[in-house]
Amino acid sequence: MAESKPRVKVPKTAAKGEVITIKTLINHTMESGQRKDSDGNPIPRQIINMFTAEFNGSKVFEAEIEPAISANPYFEFTMRVPESGTIRFTWVDDDGSVYSEEQAIEVN
Amino acid sequence: MSLTRRETLVLGGGALALATVGLQPMPALAAAADAQALIMEFTGGKEPQSGRITLTAPEIAENGNTVPVSVSVESPMTDDDYVEAVMLVAEENPNPDVATFRFTPMSGSAEAATRMRLAKTQNVMAVARMKDGSVFMDKHEVKVTIGGCGG
Repeated sequence: MAESKPRVKVPKTAAKGEVITIKTLINHTMESGQRKDSDGNPIPRQIINMFTAEFNGSKVFEAEIEPAISANPYFEFTMRVPESGTIRFTWVDDDGSVYSEEQAIEVN
Repeated sequence: MSLTRRETLVLGGGALALATVGLQPMPALAAAADAQALIMEFTGGKEPQSGRITLTAPEIAENGNTVPVSVSVESPMTDDDYVEAVMLVAEENPNPDVATFRFTPMSGSAEAATRMRLAKTQNVMAVARMKDGSVFMDKHEVKVTIGGCGG
């Protein structure tokens, strides 16, 4: 499986209490388990099954994911910024791999 | 019991016709029942009300492999009153479960967007469960030109 490279779009600064929009994407084939190869054998499922966003250790948003989410899963959601800190994103693969990304947000 | 050959044929034909008529709507019904069971599991057996949740999806999706959908739920998102979770369901996909979003008061608003696969033209449903246990649903039919589940 190709390398899974997360991309996130988070504002670097925000006002205290502001609700910001966050966009995330990760490269992943999201093999649904429904497809067959050229010999007619089913291709085993391999998807990202969980996505989590935490800010300074508190959960902001989480998605439990099924094979009906498109390849290169994209999530857009919001967060109320209470203070300066770091938002951490985690993607969990069916094969047990965990991919993560972090970005700092500064309250001005 | 004695049946002539002709009567037997007529009976057999009738039964076959009945079976055909009876069987045809089955897959759609079964799929809808699966989706309904999934929703009931999520709501804890409560029938969802309409309102408060808005599901946005295209009317026509040319490519079922990547259909943009978004949900938005009216909620103050305070510690006592927030949207716990939103479940997305595609009635006639091989597996009707699409994704479940979990929110917290820190989410600030119960809004989320993603891209999903749709095997064929069907209803997409979004169900929201609030902190107080009340449940709301919105439904949208998406016409799919090219299905997105491979095969």
